[in-house]
Amino acid sequence: MKRSHEPIFWSLFGAGGVLSALVAPILIFITGIIAPVGLWMPHQALDYARVLSFAQHWIGKVAILAVISLFLFHAAHRIYHGLHDIGVHAGTGAMAAAYGSALLGTLITAWLLIAVGF
Amino acid sequence: MAQIKTYVRPMDGWWRRNPYFVRYMVREGSSVFLAAYAVILLIGLLRLSQGPAAWDAWRGVLGQPLSIVFHWLALLTVSYHAYTWWKVAPKTAPDLRVGGRPLPEIVVTAGGVLATIGASILIYVLVRWL
Repeated sequence: MKRSHEPIFWSLFGAGGVLSALVAPILIFITGIIAPVGLWMPHQALDYARVLSFAQHWIGKVAILAVISLFLFHAAHRIYHGLHDIGVHAGTGAMAAAYGSALLGTLITAWLLIAVGF
Repeated sequence: MAQIKTYVRPMDGWWRRNPYFVRYMVREGSSVFLAAYAVILLIGLLRLSQGPAAWDAWRGVLGQPLSIVFHWLALLTVSYHAYTWWKVAPKTAPDLRVGGRPLPEIVVTAGGVLATIGASILIYVLVRWL
């Protein structure tokens, strides 16, 4: 019997599901709402120098890569399987596009994390 | 050969017929917002790598009203995802046993919700004061 690749994608979906359930609401709230508005979060909190030093630290790099990559794989899995629900009978091409773009996003993130230096 | 005309029940808007399916679609739809948010962060990282001016321009876009509205929608749908994720955790997580007895479902769900609240407070404190 041909081995299924589903466990790999389900693991990434599950990891992204747990991570996003834990941290996505607060991250969206901080970076997308209170920091831009300047309410409950001073504008300086996300200043260039401060965010850059976070992205240059190895802990920051791991956190940024985990958040972007796992969010993308989680979403790719749900969007791919959700195509059926909106009447799109997706095939291998849609699957490659979904997981391929998540992988591409992961690689670009890794490359940028190297580009910002250490 | 004559075309066989079999009746196919139309499925347009199937999920709007039942509140259970509406909630299902909101939960699955949250992933579109999550993906968009990940892309926004990815662009932020790209702009960060390009220097202070590029970073400030990215922050300027995030201050636009349309961006704020998007992030409110993302916050609502992704928070709903978080709730549903812990809600089904008793069925999807490995069997947790204490003293040979499985943990009650409410304990697993409440533990997850508390973990989200704890992580949120921790991240807020770190971003604001560290």
